[in-house]
Formats: sequence, structure tokens, C-alpha cells
Amino acid sequence: MTGPAMIFDKPNSYIGQPTPRADAARLLAGRGRFVDDLQLPRMVHAAFYRSPYAHAKINGIDVTEARAAPGVVAVYTGAELSKHVTPYVGVLSHLAGLRSAPQHPLAVDAARWQGEPLVMVIAQTRAQAEDACELIDPDLEELPAVVDSETALDAETPVLHSEFDSNLAWERTVDVGDIDSAFAAPGVTVVERQFRFGRHTGVTLESRGTVCDYDPSEEQLTVYYSGQAPHMMQVIYSKHLGIAEENVRVISNDVGGSFGIKIHTYGDEIAAGVAAKLLNRPVKFIADRLESFMTDIHARDHVVTAKMGISEQGTIVGIDFDDLTGIGPFSMYPRTSAIECNQVLNLTGAPYAMENYRAKGRVVFQNKTLMCQYRAVGHPIAMAIADCLLEDCARSIGMDPVDVRRKNLMADDSYPRNSTSGMKLDDLSHQKALEKLTEIMDYKGLRDDQEAKRKAGVYRGIGFVSMVEVTNPSPMFYGIGGAPIASQDGATVRLDAGGALHISSSITEQGQGTNAILGQIAAGVFGVDIERVKVSTGDTKTVPYGGGTWASRGAGIGGEAMLQAAHALKEQVLEVAGVLLQTPVEALDIKNGCVVDAGTDNERMPLADLARTVYYRGNELPSDLKPELIATRHYRVSDFPFVFTNGAMAAHVEVDIETGFVKVLHFWAVEDCGRVINPMLVDEQVRGGVVQGIGGALYEECLYSPEGQLMNATMADYIVPMAAEMPEITVAHIETPTKTSVLGAKGAGEAGTGGAPAAIMNAVNDALSPLGKSIWQMPMTPERVLQVINRN
Amino acid sequence: MSKTANITLKINGEDITATVPVRLNLVDFLRHDVGLTGSHVGCEHGVCGACTVEVNGDAVRGCLMLAVQADGTEVTTVEGLSDSGRSAALIRSFTARNALQCGFCTPGMLASALSYIDAGGAADKAAIREHISGNYCRCTGYQSIVEAICDVITENATTEEAGA
Ligand code: FES
Ligand code: FES
Repeated sequence: MTGPAMIFDKPNSYIGQPTPRADAARLLAGRGRFVDDLQLPRMVHAAFYRSPYAHAKINGIDVTEARAAPGVVAVYTGAELSKHVTPYVGVLSHLAGLRSAPQHPLAVDAARWQGEPLVMVIAQTRAQAEDACELIDPDLEELPAVVDSETALDAETPVLHSEFDSNLAWERTVDVGDIDSAFAAPGVTVVERQFRFGRHTGVTLESRGTVCDYDPSEEQLTVYYSGQAPHMMQVIYSKHLGIAEENVRVISNDVGGSFGIKIHTYGDEIAAGVAAKLLNRPVKFIADRLESFMTDIHARDHVVTAKMGISEQGTIVGIDFDDLTGIGPFSMYPRTSAIECNQVLNLTGAPYAMENYRAKGRVVFQNKTLMCQYRAVGHPIAMAIADCLLEDCARSIGMDPVDVRRKNLMADDSYPRNSTSGMKLDDLSHQKALEKLTEIMDYKGLRDDQEAKRKAGVYRGIGFVSMVEVTNPSPMFYGIGGAPIASQDGATVRLDAGGALHISSSITEQGQGTNAILGQIAAGVFGVDIERVKVSTGDTKTVPYGGGTWASRGAGIGGEAMLQAAHALKEQVLEVAGVLLQTPVEALDIKNGCVVDAGTDNERMPLADLARTVYYRGNELPSDLKPELIATRHYRVSDFPFVFTNGAMAAHVEVDIETGFVKVLHFWAVEDCGRVINPMLVDEQVRGGVVQGIGGALYEECLYSPEGQLMNATMADYIVPMAAEMPEITVAHIETPTKTSVLGAKGAGEAGTGGAPAAIMNAVNDALSPLGKSIWQMPMTPERVLQVINRN
Repeated sequence: MSKTANITLKINGEDITATVPVRLNLVDFLRHDVGLTGSHVGCEHGVCGACTVEVNGDAVRGCLMLAVQADGTEVTTVEGLSDSGRSAALIRSFTARNALQCGFCTPGMLASALSYIDAGGAADKAAIREHISGNYCRCTGYQSIVEAICDVITENATTEEAGA
């Protein structure tokens, strides 16, 4: 691909600079605009009566008393609401065989997880709505619950959806080479482990919420949405509420964290839209923390039995595994709950050049909260399977884990090529990343320290992961399967009369710095000071059409669209300048807000003069010159299904073998996300991601009783990483730009979360190795660590 | 069903009189009745620190205190800290270090950081981590926040030395 490559070297280019975010000042002054900050005239509040059981038949619900309670405006049961909204089914056609049952925003016949909304109460205040919920008298008949994913497919387990013959939602197998012969070959050592990855959840500090407003005079639904994909939500509200798509406006202002949590269809948010439409007034619903734990999507929940074979010389001959994952009672709409398992099958072992690969995935229904895509979808599972088995193999043949990686990681000059599972790979740097990692962490020094400490009875461990991350997805991710999820993004750049740029984009901001990097790209490519770039995102009425920010696609896809748009606007402006200045276009450039002579930078005309001439004094232009001074470009990845990144990470831990506590002493991450647009923002993305990964590895788990009751649905009981337990995290970069775009940026947002758990598990097992013990379950809580230490 | 009470207090230097349900907590009162939406709610049970505000000079969880309990007190929120310039140095260092992503934890972080700095806390990263361990941040990984707080303390020390 050719393009304006010089943009990266221009003196006023912001690409690659640690430019501070313009919107930080607003948030630091307490001037954020989060959904719950919104107060609209005549606004009323929703609260939900939710199922107390994991599984129950709804015989009837008496809401008479609730209707009469003070402040109550309306009460809707599932049966009543279903007259005004159609149910949805979370399947995608490219995930062949995936099935799920129709899901209603409020359950109609049966409740299928504890916390599923059954009744919506609308009142003048939230407190009154909650008071009225207490007066609801449901006739629920508790049914046996399918809780354990491992018995969900047994013949004696009840089937959750009567239209299906079993609780199986989806299955897939991949079989490449001949794994059985490879494992049976002479000199091959095969290790086998059973991994358990607990359920955890996103715990965004700002809970989910919405304000839905309906104006019957224009048949217009406006949804204030805390989330990542406004255009997707526009289609969903339109389709299921029966409102023309152009009459649904979705606005996403500040979002208090999302990480894949706020990108799905939640019954309570849809119901709030229905209520707004029925009542012709704004309805606010903000989930409280208990509701967040019970209804935000959960993640992971895998049991994996896996084997790896390695030759005496340390060559990995193959991986064979079986992944079972429980997804709750429905596949989440519209992204489905099979993508995570699919990713595990696609990504396991992808950094390594091996010839044999067999993987089986099964996705099963159960009576727990829905499971779906959360940050680093499938990656922590895939990376742990391959890299934790790799270090287990290394131990069993007495080889250093770094040496085993050096031997098996794909060579940096071997791309483009396919992974064993068939993924198209290009522009990766596993070997370089690993070398840089061992350098910055002083690997040798840490091993020496480890040995010395062991003599003193202190158990320290070092663990690694070499990983890939799926970023910049093409239409092959969702669009191909029929979901209203755009893989392309659009960007518009407008030169204002005062010489400033107004830019807008379909990617969205949840704190990553989306708006900041869009500004950097536009300012640098076009040639103005970044202070003169104003950014709009997150409003379906005003931004170009596109997918939003998820799957680490914002910078790579939305950023490239912005680059192309800024370049197009520059060409337009130079054309006008050429006429006004009677100078050939090639002899002109734009720098620091001025049209200049290319080469000498001699100032010829401020942009404000040019723009004012075009906008106010068109009489000074030749009549055949009709400048637009606005440009829109769209971009999608077309040659590859995804643009992969790679990284190498290491953890240094100390395990207290008396208490089972794991202390992470330090963490290192070397990341190759292609061209780095803003190193300060990328480093923080990586660090935040690592901390979420450490959370999953050591602390976070949604614990259920055998009856399917979520037992730790408060922030006091569900442990999240806090500052004191978290290590310093050193981040370094290798930059191998992707050839799929001019910008060359890949994603970076999920690498830490995808890689850290494997590195931590490896480090813990390295620490325990003198005891001959190892742990294969996450989170690695003190109790579980002690159990393996004390097991004979 | 819900009883009310009259309260008078000073919020960010302004005298406010209001009639509030006795069950209303301070942060909801500030956000929804007074319109100071800078203070946030993350858990409503004292764990996450998003609602941290100053009451009579102490950092307090706005979700664990009832509005009626704030009768007669002086309350300072993130808006007040910004308007008075008390958070100016932290605002600069948080921006320079990118010590915020979504910004939802930030108002509470600033209040906690200020209580550490004002109490003469040292530029000791472990101590700062300990101090802000009642403030949950899902986005940043904490390191940049710790460094930003450290920067302000070091900067203050240098200015004092220069002035001495
Ligand atoms: S909302 Fe008060 S501590 Fe979380
Ligand atoms: S910046 Fe998002 S929670 Fe801290």
C-alpha cells in the first residue's frame, strides 16, 4: 500500500508523541458527562424485580400493590412488555450450528438465571421504584438448575430449553496434521494437565446504565448509552422496538470503563427504551453494583484438558486439547457467546511453529449469568494452554523455558505465514520481543537471585508468555455472520472558517484516549497545532457510520480512516491554495496552520484566510473552483481476517508457602502493536490490561452455590486488584507496522489481559517447582495454592 | 414512607439549605439534588472510593454518610477542589502522567491523594499505593496514579526548598 509516508517525519507530526489527552482536564475538574449525570425534564426512573432463583417457572406475577405504591408511574411484567418488543436470538451464521433460544428483555415464561429481570417498575424516583419492587408478589416455581458446566451435557441433567435435545449450544473441532502419531513418536515427552479458568466479570467502575427518551411528535427515540458501539445499538433498538432506524439516535458521552461489558444487549436497557416509548418521556436506569454483578456479562469459565508433546531437543510437536465452556442460559445477542471458544481454538499455540494440532470446543447452556466477550476474548485461555504447557514441558526435559521458546517461536523473517490452526499471520516479531524482554528484565540476574533466595527458603518464580493478539478485525469477525456490527469505520475532517479542524469519527472513547489519538493523527497529517483540533465521537446522528471501539480496533481502523480523511482534506485545501496563490500544488504544503512553500516552509497564507475566503468571499474564487473543505473517508481491513500483534511478557512472583499468598514483584511487557501513535497512552493500556489479567489470575471469581446463587455479588466479596497489591509494570515496544494500512497501527488494548494470566501461572509454578508441585486453576487463590502444596 | 429532614450546610463555600429524605446518602444528595455530578458512585457500600469527598477537611465516603449527617458541615467536592485551585498541581501531574483513563475513579482519587499530600505524606510509592488502596481503578493499573501523586510531593518539596 502506498501513501503519504512522509507524514510520520514531518516536524509537526504528533504521531509517535506522548501528547497528553485534551479531555483529561475536563474529567479532572469533575466535569465528566456520564449517563447518570443526565437529568432530563419529566424524567422517571426504572427499577427491576429480578429472579431470586437460578431457574424457575413463572406461574404469574401479581403487581397490583406495586402499581398503587407512592410515585409509581407504570409497572410492566415480561408478558406485558413482550407485546411491545420482539425477542432476540444470539446466533451468527458463520458459527455453524450455534443455537440459542429467543430471549425477552423481561423473562416471560421462565426465569433462567438469578438476577434475570422479570418486572420493570417506573417511578418518580429510583428509591420509590425500588420500594415498589418490594411489593411485587410473584408465583415462581423453582426448577432444578443446571449449574455445573461439566455435567451440563449428562443425560440425567435437565435440558434448559425444551426446543433442544441437550444443553449444547455449539461445538467445533480443528484437526491439523496427525497429533496421535506425533505424540507416539520415539523421544517425545507428552505432558497433560487439566486447566480451570474461573468465571469473572468486568466490574467497570461506572455500572451499566441508560437514559432513553422518546418524543412521539417526531417518533424519535434518543438513547444515552454508556458503551462502545452506538451504531450497533441503534440497529438493535430500531429492530426490536419497531422504530425506523433513522429515528433512533444513540449518544455515548463519557463512559466509565467498558472492557467489552457494555457492548451487548441487556434486557433492562432495552426495557427502559420500551418504557420511554410507551410513556413518551425519559426513563433512566442505572444498575446498582448488585445488579452489575448479577447481570453484566461474565467471562471465561473454561475447563480445558490439554496435552503438549516435545522432542528431546525441545521441539514442540503439537498440542491437543478439549475446551468446555459454560455460557449461561442464552448466547448473548448479537455477538454470541461462542466467539470466546472459537478464539481459543483459533489462537492456541499461534506463536509457535508446530505441525500437529487438535482442538475441540464445546459451549454449553447453564443457569448462570450470561457469558460473553470481555477484554481479550479467549486469549487468556489460549495463551495459558500453550505457554503453561510449554513451561511444563521445559521442566520435564530440563530445558530453560526461554530456550524452548527461542527454538519454537516462528522466525521473524518467516511471514506471511499461517498458524497451525490456519490463522493468517504477518508482520510479527516474536523472537525480537523475547530478546528485548530478557534484556530489560535482566533474566540472568533474576535466576541468580532465585537460586540464592531458594537456599534461604524463599520461593520466587519467573514466568513468561509469548502471545498473539487479535486486533483490527475485518468483516470476517461479525459482519459475515449477519450481525449489525460494522467492521469499517469512518472519519470526517472539516476545516472551519477560523482555521481550526473539526473532526468526527465512528470509533468511541471509553478512556483509552480515542479522541486524543484521532486529534494527533488529524493534526499531524493535515498540519495544524493539536490545540486547534476539536473531536466529536459517540453520536449516531453526527458521526460517520462505523463499528465503534472494541477488539482493539479503534486506533488501527478508525485511526487509518482519520489519516485518509485528513490527507484528502489537505489535498483539497492545497488545490484552493494553488489557485489563490498562483502556485503549483506540488510546491505547497501545510504546516502549523499555514499554507507554506514546500521545502522552505516560507509562510504563504494562514489557513484562516483561505477558509474565510472560501466560506465568506466566494466571489474571489474562479467560478469553476468549488471547494468543499470537508472530507470523509472510510476504512476496513480487507486482505486479512484480523491483524495480529505479538508480545512477550514476564512475571516475577514470590509465593509464601505457609499462607499460599502470591505476591507479584514485577511485571514486564514487550508489545509490538505496529506503529505507536501515543506511547504514553499505549503504555497505560498495556498496564491496565496487565492488571486486569492479574485480577483473573489471582483474585477474581464469581462464586456460585450448587443452586446457582451468586454468592459474592458485592465489591467487598469479589476481590479486584487494588493499588497496594499491584506491581510496577515495565513496558517496552517493538514497532513492526502492519502493511495493511498507511498508519501501520495495530491494536494494543487487550494484550496485557490476554497474556498476563499465563505469565503469572508460569511464575507461580516456577516458584513451586522445587517442591514438585504445580497449580492449574485460576484464580490462584491462597487456599488453592496451599491445597496443591499440601497434596501428596 | 420516607421521612424528610431539613439540613443546612456549606458546599464548596456556598450555603445550601435543603429538605432531604432521611435515607438519602450524601453522594446522591450532592449529585442529584445539588447538581454536583463530579462525585461518582461505584459500589454504594464503601469499598470503591469513587464517592470520596471532603467533609470538614476529612476524606469521607459519600455513600456511607447520610445527607442528614452532613447537616452543619463543610463539604468540598471535586468541583470545589478545582475551582479553588487546591487540586491544580494534581490536575497537572495526572494529565502529564495520563493517570486517568475513563476518569470515573478520578474525583475520588484526587480527594484521597490530596488527603495524603496535605497530611505531609512522603514521596514513597509503596506508602502511596497503601493510601489509595481504598480507591478502585479498573483502567489504569495504578502505576501512573502513584507516579502523579509522587510528582506533586517532590515538586512541593523542591518549591519549599527553593523558597527557604
Ligand atoms: S460508592 Fe462509595 S465507596 Fe463506592
Ligand atoms: S480511570 Fe477508569 S476507573 Fe480509574
